[in-house]
Amino acid sequence: MILAFIEHVAGAPTMLSLEVLTMASRLARKMGTQLEAVAIGPKAVAAAEILSSYGVSTLHVADDQRLDDYAAAAWAHAVADLAARVNPRVIIGTASDRGGEVIAHVATRMTMPMAANCTEIVPGDPFTVTRQRWGGSLLEEAHLKGTIKLLTIAPHALAAEASPSRTQVATDTFSPALEDKDFRVRLKISLAQARVVVGGGRGVGSAEGFAALEELAGLLGGAVGCSRAVTSLGWRPHSDQVGQTGTRIAPDLYIACGISGAIQHMVGCRAAKHILAINTDPGAPIVAQADFAVIGDVQKVLAAVNAEVRRVKAGEPSRSPA
Amino acid sequence: MSGVPAQARVVVIGAGIVGNSMAYHLAQQGWKEIVLIDKGPFPNPGGSTGHASNFIFLTDHSKEMTLFTLDSVRQYKELGVFTQSGGVEVARTAERMDELKRRMASSKAWGIDAELASPAEVKRLVPFINEKIILGGFSTPGIGTVDSLRGGTLMREKAQAMGAVTVVASTEVTAIDVENGRVRRVRTDKGDIETETVVITSGIWSPRLARMAGASIPLSPAVDQMISVGPVPLFADTVGEIKYPIIRDMDTNGYERQHGGDLEVGSYDHRPILWEPDDIPSIGQSKLSPTELPFTKEDFDESLEHALELIPDILGDPRVGIRHAINGLLSLTPDGLPLLGETPEVKGLWSVAAIWIKEAPGIARCVAEWMASGVPEIDPSGSDIARFYDHQKTRAHIRARTAEGFNKTYGIVHPREQWESNRRVRLSPFYEREKALGAVFFETAGWERPNWYASNKPLLEEYGERVMPRRYEWDARWWSPIINAEHLAMRDRVGMVDLSAFAVFDIAGSCALDYMQKMCVVQVNLPVGRVIYTSLLNTSGGIKADLTVMRLGTNHFRVVTGGADGMRDRKWFSDHLPEDGAVQITDLTSSWATIGVWGPRARDLLQSITDADVSNEGFPFGTCRFVDIGPVRALASRISYVGELGWEIYVPFEQGSRLWDAIWDAGQPHRIAPVGIGVYGTTGRLEKCYRAYGNELEQEFNLVETGLARPQVKPQDFIGKEAYLKQRAEPPAVTLCTLTIDDNTSSSGFKRFMMGREPVLSPQGKRLVDRHGRGSYVTSAGSGPSVGKTILMSFLPPEQAKAGTKLAVEYFGEQYPATVAVAGPTPLFDPQNTRVRS
Amino acid sequence: MNILVCIKRVPATAGQITLTPDGQDIDTRYLGFTISPHEECAVEEAVRMIEAHGGITTVLTLGPEAATDQLRDAMALGIERAMLLETDGREWDPVATASAIVQAIEAERAAGRSYDLVLFGNESADSAGYQVGVRVADALDLPCVTGIKAIELADGHATVRRQTESGWETAEVSLPAVLTVKEGLNLPRYPSLPGRLKAKKKEIGRIKPQWQGGGLEKIRLKLPVQAEHTVEILGTNGDAGAQLVEVFQRLRLL
Repeated sequence: MILAFIEHVAGAPTMLSLEVLTMASRLARKMGTQLEAVAIGPKAVAAAEILSSYGVSTLHVADDQRLDDYAAAAWAHAVADLAARVNPRVIIGTASDRGGEVIAHVATRMTMPMAANCTEIVPGDPFTVTRQRWGGSLLEEAHLKGTIKLLTIAPHALAAEASPSRTQVATDTFSPALEDKDFRVRLKISLAQARVVVGGGRGVGSAEGFAALEELAGLLGGAVGCSRAVTSLGWRPHSDQVGQTGTRIAPDLYIACGISGAIQHMVGCRAAKHILAINTDPGAPIVAQADFAVIGDVQKVLAAVNAEVRRVKAGEPSRSPA
Repeated sequence: MSGVPAQARVVVIGAGIVGNSMAYHLAQQGWKEIVLIDKGPFPNPGGSTGHASNFIFLTDHSKEMTLFTLDSVRQYKELGVFTQSGGVEVARTAERMDELKRRMASSKAWGIDAELASPAEVKRLVPFINEKIILGGFSTPGIGTVDSLRGGTLMREKAQAMGAVTVVASTEVTAIDVENGRVRRVRTDKGDIETETVVITSGIWSPRLARMAGASIPLSPAVDQMISVGPVPLFADTVGEIKYPIIRDMDTNGYERQHGGDLEVGSYDHRPILWEPDDIPSIGQSKLSPTELPFTKEDFDESLEHALELIPDILGDPRVGIRHAINGLLSLTPDGLPLLGETPEVKGLWSVAAIWIKEAPGIARCVAEWMASGVPEIDPSGSDIARFYDHQKTRAHIRARTAEGFNKTYGIVHPREQWESNRRVRLSPFYEREKALGAVFFETAGWERPNWYASNKPLLEEYGERVMPRRYEWDARWWSPIINAEHLAMRDRVGMVDLSAFAVFDIAGSCALDYMQKMCVVQVNLPVGRVIYTSLLNTSGGIKADLTVMRLGTNHFRVVTGGADGMRDRKWFSDHLPEDGAVQITDLTSSWATIGVWGPRARDLLQSITDADVSNEGFPFGTCRFVDIGPVRALASRISYVGELGWEIYVPFEQGSRLWDAIWDAGQPHRIAPVGIGVYGTTGRLEKCYRAYGNELEQEFNLVETGLARPQVKPQDFIGKEAYLKQRAEPPAVTLCTLTIDDNTSSSGFKRFMMGREPVLSPQGKRLVDRHGRGSYVTSAGSGPSVGKTILMSFLPPEQAKAGTKLAVEYFGEQYPATVAVAGPTPLFDPQNTRVRS
Repeated sequence: MNILVCIKRVPATAGQITLTPDGQDIDTRYLGFTISPHEECAVEEAVRMIEAHGGITTVLTLGPEAATDQLRDAMALGIERAMLLETDGREWDPVATASAIVQAIEAERAAGRSYDLVLFGNESADSAGYQVGVRVADALDLPCVTGIKAIELADGHATVRRQTESGWETAEVSLPAVLTVKEGLNLPRYPSLPGRLKAKKKEIGRIKPQWQGGGLEKIRLKLPVQAEHTVEILGTNGDAGAQLVEVFQRLRLL
């Protein structure tokens, strides 16, 4: 039997969990065994409806109020308890932050090895997996040992695919024997704003030209940075310089205005989650490395975007593009 | 966007500072259809320009390199990318302090404003330096930094704006096709470009590109470690890139320069780390760029300690971090000079490689002029890629010499200093005999040449103080008083000199006479058996070569030139051969060994071993013929570079030792001395005021100035004739003069001996400058044991170029009184030349 | 306070990874080695904690002799002690790695040094097992939080934050604990010259753990078919305002 660990929001399985189910049901077919699922919290019962399209025969639901909030050790305890009872050959989960953490705890509890971020599974003996390294830049083919195979599936390694034929999903609600120490980590959820740095290069045009960058940074609650060329020209103080000989930054968004994207500069902002390039030259190295780009003069682009952001912040409707 | 032009006037490969400068200067020369190509993106395609430290120190002991640098600074200033900061070279040792005085002299010779500074004065200029560990500094206000990426971009854009250049980025050259020894096309991953001219400006990749065409660019990529530390609190308020002077910590091979809020610390102190051009990573394989390799910390730790000693206030601050550290790649060559000019292997394939930021635009202008007109303003002969013999292009030689040269980057390099690696490559047949006589070998173009012989030590007693002993260690380094003793013995009796390092070419064919007339300044249509000394000129009358020519047949000439100049001269001859094959050149250098036998007893000696008539009438000066010496048939040529009666005797290489023994044995009754190149190259020729190529003779000076103009000009046309006639019609801007030192005693009581390249000044210590702006300096210096004086040569403006003029020569910070002994070519010793004609 | 930071020596990879001909490793001829990025932040965090609260930091790695480079790098930043769990260069799987670290920590405890905090990177850059920290925590019976991007210490417990799709999760945990952190936790400082020179001379404790094999056995590495990086062009000059605002909203900047 294959046991899939399902994450859900109020009974709706997450997209990554559906991917896992797709992978797991194919694996179950290959191994000639059945697929069962485990989910945490009483609301998970509602997932049975969707799971029926993924070849799941039984949905095990861990029912304990203390499990409502995420608690990795407790969730893992629940899964491990279940596994001890139903004796699966494979336990499979998502490689999301939570999925990965829970399966890792399950693995230690069961003293089994685990393979994270798998993209392919070839069952048998040896049991072979292909898994991601280096954030997916490299793949490893490995043999996963242990009497129970624990693994997580890399996000988007395959597309979730509901089967046209549905199964009858039995629901098995169980109460794991939790301990106090499973709740040593206490969780709260809060919302926070992402961080932004607005960087300027020679293409900003002048020291005065940075006013537009200052404004955008102010509107987005971010900071202003600049390239080495700009400090060399005396437009900005050296403390603003981003790059291999300046400050390294790791914002959620780096807005690179009029910066060519020389490697010396990119080293400083490689940890940025997203890069938005504003540049006159569509062939500039920065554009090739960016996630988003606007082609054009920095001052013209910023004038438009600043006006638009001001409008949105003032509660006026966004102006649609012409 | 993709694709390349189908044809081009010239393809410049590599868009670093050199390639951009080349594209610009070729456009300035009026060239169109220039394609500038690089495998990387612009503006920084990933070569050495992208990580260069970008500072420019002005003074080099080499005139050529200094002129390139000064021209480059002028160009950078015009582009608006130069920031003047000043710079100081500091000394931690007394020996270095002396070297700084020597650099001071070079600055004066080349006209660079500089001064020596006390530790306190250095501290005033550089407030963060620890002046307690230095003895002083050499401060040059004109030093500064450049934005070389920006400078290159501006030049490229100017060339584009002129409509002369097509720029092709991210395109890799895959092949260079050569047909009949000429470049035909460049193949790239985006298509082929038909062209007859290719300029390789590919820095550390140049050897790979040259190899595609079957040519050699002998350089090795080598690591220069550099770190950048910051943020430096002191620099926080600096507006722009640099405010404080750049420091070179010469004794530890390190440098420190402000770069915005950071201080860059670099070093040439670590072990030489050489790379193979084929092993350099691609752009994709590199973390930063192909020329910015991972920093190897342990190699740099010692440099860190040195830097910390010198700059404790900044570098000892725990808030100041090492923000960036690389093993940067740069190009090193076997002799430390750039690789410029058309490759001797392939017509139309030009090398502009092994160039630092400080000299790039100047060199580019020079090479562009060279390509367009053949006559660059600055003489690039020292950097001419044609200077190398094949053995100097081997991997073994390149690696050995670049490794040895690396730590000399800031070294105190004696002008006569010898290389230690890869010696004993070219040995004359006399080598074993010479070794047995205790020869001390110096190297010329791979040849081991005796500079003096330990076996001549007894002569020191014979000549006593006449050998002009040197008691100051620097002056006596790589030198021996035996040289002067050998000199005197030769003048008194007879000496034998191994001259096998001569380059020897036969020029023959149905049109050889016409061809030689075209090449040579002097009349070559003389009877068979005559020997001439002639110059070769470039089209503007600059001196391209000087050499001797033996006429062996109506259309058969044998050219003999210096070993160091041989390959360059051969290319000059080859480049002018008629295309129809009516003249051929054959390199016989490795076929003939040569012994010079000179001195008053040379005739007696030679007569004793040959049946040939060697009397003055039977074998007059300036003639050559084959003579039998025992079983050896040798070619004897009655000329002399030391001003004595005698012959150069050429012998087939394998019979060399037989000839040596014959002369040696016959010389014993005459007390023959084996004589080294110390005499032949310096003392002998200086007493006779004979000029040497690379010292007095170069493309920047003409025959009138050097005193080599003959009374008559031959009616036949020759290269440079028009310019030469014009030069003859004008009063010379300078005249090459011979000077002697009046008193060479220094303030510390040592007698001091100049070595060349010192500034020649007015008695008040002012620079002498001619009407073209050229300063006077010592072109050659040495002892004249027979005249008992230190002899110097120098080009002097007309007011000073008179016998008896009192002048001064600066040497290690002191000025020595000197007098013009002769203006023009008249020898100091034996002015009537009776000895050579006796 | 006693803090242990567990780091890993990894190649500083370039845009294009090249494998050795046998497919067993990354070709590191052109690459330097570095502390895995998450762990760089762990080192920085440990140094800051000691600066703020006092105590001693120790850095530990499991790897070949060459990994002393990374231990010294950490010491150059202000970590006091270093321990090398020396291997012959073979890659240890997560189970074996965790077990060697647990043994080392237990040996330290037996010698009188117990740790209030053990920091790991969330996952190593190279092998990305996503489990060593968790395994060590479970084996030592310590609470564990993974994926942390902010830590505050007070009164024997840590308040940590991690980023999720929907915002931030804040968690509180009593010490001793194991925390695994992510890049972005802080901006690591650079080593100073005196730091580097001091670190060079420091002693490194060495333990040679027994090779244990493991449950995940590497067969070979291979390069994936890389999807081309695509950039979304939002517009030109003044016509991109609305699209940009939409991106800002998508990224929760507005």
